[in-house]
Amino acid sequence: MNGRLTRRGLIVGAGGALVAGCDRIGKSAVAKTTFKGAEALTMSAQRLVTDRAALAPEFGAGDISPIFRSNGNATPGTPEYARLLAGNFRDWRLEVGGLVDRPLMLSLDDLFAMPKRTQTTRHDCVEGWSAIGRWTGVPLRFVLQRAGLRASARYIVFSCYDSFGGAPYYESIDLVDALHPQTILAWGLNGHRLPVPNGAPLRLRVERQLGYKHAKFLRSIEAVASLDGIGHGGGGTWEDVGDYAWYAGI
Amino acid sequence: MSKARGKLVYRHRLPTRLWHWLNALTIFILLMSGLMIFNAHPRLYWGAYGANRDHAWLTIRGNQAIGQLTIGSVAIPTTGVLGHWKDQQGRIQTRAFPYWATIPSRYSLAGARRWHLTFAWLLIGGGCAFVVASLINRHFVRDLRPRREELAPRHIWRDIKDHARLRFPTGEAATRYNILQKASYIFVIFLAIPLMILTGLTMGPGFDTTMPWLLDLFGGRQSARSIHFLCAMALAAFIGVHLVMVVLAGPYNEVRSMVTGWFRLRER
Repeated sequence: MNGRLTRRGLIVGAGGALVAGCDRIGKSAVAKTTFKGAEALTMSAQRLVTDRAALAPEFGAGDISPIFRSNGNATPGTPEYARLLAGNFRDWRLEVGGLVDRPLMLSLDDLFAMPKRTQTTRHDCVEGWSAIGRWTGVPLRFVLQRAGLRASARYIVFSCYDSFGGAPYYESIDLVDALHPQTILAWGLNGHRLPVPNGAPLRLRVERQLGYKHAKFLRSIEAVASLDGIGHGGGGTWEDVGDYAWYAGI
Repeated sequence: MSKARGKLVYRHRLPTRLWHWLNALTIFILLMSGLMIFNAHPRLYWGAYGANRDHAWLTIRGNQAIGQLTIGSVAIPTTGVLGHWKDQQGRIQTRAFPYWATIPSRYSLAGARRWHLTFAWLLIGGGCAFVVASLINRHFVRDLRPRREELAPRHIWRDIKDHARLRFPTGEAATRYNILQKASYIFVIFLAIPLMILTGLTMGPGFDTTMPWLLDLFGGRQSARSIHFLCAMALAAFIGVHLVMVVLAGPYNEVRSMVTGWFRLRER
């Protein structure tokens, strides 16, 4: 009988230790290194098994969500943004700079005049929900071509009008995703101009990654060689603030 | 406890034992970090999309007064457990699953994803190694494949009655898996775990580009998420029954045989 009780105690003890232990282990340097390693492995494995040009699934008109949920900031809420919105974004300009030969200042009309792409895709939030919407915009690669991306550029950084806890929202992707045909700077949703809660006047759609990569309320695009020194160096606001994965393919 | 000492038989080979204990850890961490990921959006849908205003077939909600699990149109009060529980400081929290069931114990979607996606590699890697080893050492063919006589309804019914009466096999019969054991291990190894992995991959927008047929197979990302959750609950139920059976069958002997491989036969 004694053996049985001890063993049962052991099982219960192990269960309790698992919960408490995991919290402590999760904060250790070894765990952080392991998690980062697993994250790199996940990204490499995904890039290995997926064709780099593989397209995200596209849907029919009947699949569109009745309501496209807005998440995060529903508006930047700053006087500057309010002024731009009041002027129907006539004074808004997208700044394209960094490692490019011809820095640009693009108005919405400039973007409307560029080749456009419309795609009905599924937006996957890291939290677990999904919404399907019909996006229209300029493929990012056309904008980068016009600006003349330099050979030293490795990442594209997106800066936004909104902020979290005082830190301006930003995101970044590498050139594999930046030059992908479904990566667009979207100005339209479901046949209308992009609504404010969904990122007016312009947002990023990077369809093969989770929602937090799809920066809303775009202000500028910068081509860079490294993500070091930008924000806290994590490659994005949620990566910096919330410790989320930089590559959000799963 | 045992009056007569039965003879020792070699019951579990090394790959089986290694995979068992790796999974004992891996599955617990995957289940508990999975519950924390669920906490970020405690609603389940069927189909390709589903967000707050869409029809959810399962929700876990809570406020300062009550906790409630809703499945379809059935509302089940869960105050004190789901959607309404007290944290270590005695404060009422309204997340779906309580701190003692989740990894990390404090709300962290990013942290839970780190645990989940890291241990998913162990589940996939360990599972593949186990399948290869079990094909080579014929564990599947010799031990898991049901024999024709075992599939006879009379045999299955007798086995169910034996389990219900807690009559455990003695002598040589105890060296083989009985048909209910075979059925549950086959369910876990060939159905539940592969389904967990495939539905998990289906939730990844990057992975969907390579195998979009998985979306068709499971009926969309939100259906895949629902199936993922249901399989996790089935695995949790399996673990519960498994642990009860170990305790009832004699935990010392059972655990020893899973550690060393050697099992002591009970005399008739």
